[in-house]
Amino acid sequence: MKSDDLLRPDAGGLYCEAGDFWIDPLQPVGRAIVTHAHADHARAGSGDYHTASDNLPILAARIGEGAPHHGHEWGRPFELGDTRVTLFPAGHIFGSSWVRIESDAGTWGVSGDFKRAADPTCPPFHPEPVDVWLTECTFGLPVYRWPAPEQVIDEILQWWRDCRKANRPAVLFCYALGKAQRILAELAGRTDEAVWLHGAMRPLVDAYREAGVAMLPTRLVSEAEKAEKFAGQLVLAPPSAAGSTWMRRFPGHSAGFVSGWMRIRGNRRRRGYDRGFVMSDHADWPALVDTVADMKASRVITIHGNGEALAGYLGARGLQTESWNLRATLADSAKNRPASPA
Amino acid sequence: MKRFVRLFEALDRTTGTNAKVSAMVEYFREAEPEDAAWAVYFLTGQRLKRLVGTRELREWTGEFSGLPSWLVEDSYEHVGDLAETMALLAPEPDIAPAELPALHHMVEKCIRPLSAMTDEQRRTAVFEQWRHLPGTARFLYNKMITGALRVGVSKRLVTRALAELAGVDPGLTAHRLMGDWQPTPENFRRLLTGEGDHDHATPYPFFLASPLEAEPSTLGSAADWRAEWKWDGIRAQLIRRADETILWSRGEERLDGRFPEIEQAAAGLPDGTVIDGEIMAWRGGGRDEGPLPFSVLQTRIGRKKPGARTLERAPAVLLAFDLLEYQGRDLRACPLDRRLEIMSDMVASAGDAIRISESVAFDRWDELPALRASSRERGVEGLMLKRADSPYRVGRKRGDWWKWKVDPYTFDGILLYAQPGHGRRSGLFTDYTFAVHSGDDLVPVAKAYSGLKQDEIDELDRWIRANTRERFGPVRSVEPVHVFELAFEGIARSGRHKSGIALRFPRIHRWRRDLGVGDADRLEDLERLLADPSAD
Repeated sequence: MKSDDLLRPDAGGLYCEAGDFWIDPLQPVGRAIVTHAHADHARAGSGDYHTASDNLPILAARIGEGAPHHGHEWGRPFELGDTRVTLFPAGHIFGSSWVRIESDAGTWGVSGDFKRAADPTCPPFHPEPVDVWLTECTFGLPVYRWPAPEQVIDEILQWWRDCRKANRPAVLFCYALGKAQRILAELAGRTDEAVWLHGAMRPLVDAYREAGVAMLPTRLVSEAEKAEKFAGQLVLAPPSAAGSTWMRRFPGHSAGFVSGWMRIRGNRRRRGYDRGFVMSDHADWPALVDTVADMKASRVITIHGNGEALAGYLGARGLQTESWNLRATLADSAKNRPASPA
Repeated sequence: MKRFVRLFEALDRTTGTNAKVSAMVEYFREAEPEDAAWAVYFLTGQRLKRLVGTRELREWTGEFSGLPSWLVEDSYEHVGDLAETMALLAPEPDIAPAELPALHHMVEKCIRPLSAMTDEQRRTAVFEQWRHLPGTARFLYNKMITGALRVGVSKRLVTRALAELAGVDPGLTAHRLMGDWQPTPENFRRLLTGEGDHDHATPYPFFLASPLEAEPSTLGSAADWRAEWKWDGIRAQLIRRADETILWSRGEERLDGRFPEIEQAAAGLPDGTVIDGEIMAWRGGGRDEGPLPFSVLQTRIGRKKPGARTLERAPAVLLAFDLLEYQGRDLRACPLDRRLEIMSDMVASAGDAIRISESVAFDRWDELPALRASSRERGVEGLMLKRADSPYRVGRKRGDWWKWKVDPYTFDGILLYAQPGHGRRSGLFTDYTFAVHSGDDLVPVAKAYSGLKQDEIDELDRWIRANTRERFGPVRSVEPVHVFELAFEGIARSGRHKSGIALRFPRIHRWRRDLGVGDADRLEDLERLLADPSAD
């Protein structure tokens, strides 16, 4: 970190003094730019929120509307303090952005979370040149290379069919925001059968539907007949439901999990999933590396995740690299601040 | 190998044992016997002699994938399995091969010859496979050239599948699979049909006792039960057939030559004899009374041909506690009392190094707790309780044989180092090193990696990542904050450890969140147990 850097880690996110705003703060601050609505990026309690227009309904569903939310069109700059801020599609989930900040101290880009693979629920990542690229690094090792999404969807469909043949429920665990809707949208092109949902997924599936994303029809498990055994049916549930008493509704089920983490066999086996489907809303290693080139940045700072490997790899290729630990600021600031209401 | 790849995927894609068994039955039914024999070999946990070293594989992986070696290392540390890391790092072949070679062809023609090649030839041969094999096949190839193929099936499960296909009792299949089973098509057919000559070296499947969790009195009438000491040695089966002595460990390894005094003593046994017992280090080589600590026996374990000095310092005996074959007749269906009766007459004809493990006499259940409590001073692990009329069964069957072990020692240690685990625990910090106080310092005394629940492992993993002090390769030192209660079976002096002591079989009992670092034990507390003659 340098003293004249445009951004610095603070409050679990990044602080820009020139513009007096925070990006994805985890603690309440005055003015927040929120890249997307996942809980490790969007928290309630701040004074003011700036986000992509598309993200407004999702953000409201997640953190409520207690404070003013300002929606911005992608690619349309707005002024904050002495900076000019522009949001561009990040391709991570519906409404997700990366943030470009132009200032006297140069042009900085903050990735939020992003991916480069096609996703029917959101526009693709849009690269723009920056001087400094702050990149997420959730899957920052070369063992993480994603298979083509259509191939993974084929595998999911085949598994569902196999479960149907065996008269078993197919319970597919996935994150309630983003992944669940992506799967429902991907499947919509292949079948028209209804899929059962865990209750926690409903508000977000509704929000996507209202925003015009085409998905398979869905029904709530809680509204199923008492005698329903879900044999041969596909059920989507958040990972937190695994191992809960709720699972008793699905006797003899086969359990799958859709996540980039499923690329590693041990991850799947120790969680006790029968099937792991490798599909992620994050960039894999090749995408992380290629995006740095696409952004034409000469300085790269890894945030979110274990970025040391990527920093080391890019450093050896002549780029200026650093790893910032945003979480560490949380522990520091927790000591200095009163307990946050969030 | 296409079928074997499919079998592996089927086994890997279910956690249910019935599904695994039926996948294996289907495979064994359809596969060519040449291939099925190798599948049995690998699935039952046998391994080829390591053909490619891990260091070579790491170097080649870097070279093949074009990644720097430190990044291969980081990836390996994260994945926890080298064969898998390689398969994940290297780009997939552009064109998938139309057909994969047969499993037996792959093993016999492509893998086994690696051992006779020069380094350069081996590298070329391995790269050639990597260029052609897709996904799972490449992973399995890597597994086969580096060692064991662990796919979440036990030998017992493989046995069950083969027995189901053969339509016989799994005990019979287990017997056919015992010993140094060779993966030939003839042997595979014999597994299913039983036809052909039985190798005279083939041992019987071991009968394993289950831990007794309730009081012995719950077993019924004391008169129906026999008690024996539970010896702390190496379980072994001694075979005397065709004028030859063969000694098998429970892990089905031949111990021939390692315990010459026992083999010598066995020469006096009649032909067609099979004894089940425990190898122990014994004062005076069987003439005197009394076991020597396990740490003494340990000096014998790795020695293929022990020298005179070793034999004198650590004389070994076989404590015989069951007779499985007499005059060439399988006695396993006879009642225990009857087997022991025949054995006691017979062992008299053997040398000193084969002794009867005498029964512990008792009339009433309430005599046993005091006897069990005396285990440590006698140098035993506790008591065995066996039903007097029980047959000798196959594997771990509950009901007839129970082990009633003495409670382990425990101490409170401080978490000092952690490193990522392997296999199921890959990528998580699950291998821990614990320390105790020594003066003002902390000195490591034990490594342990089991005994925590998954949510505790997850919590500790997060904490370790956030509280790392230093890194030494994959090992991280952490703030000394957390205290754990550890159990262990014995303690011995050790010149190889900084602490000067070595603990036997340490494992985590529980996380003592209620204790601070100051409450943890001191090295002196452990050293005191060294003075205790009952601790080994």
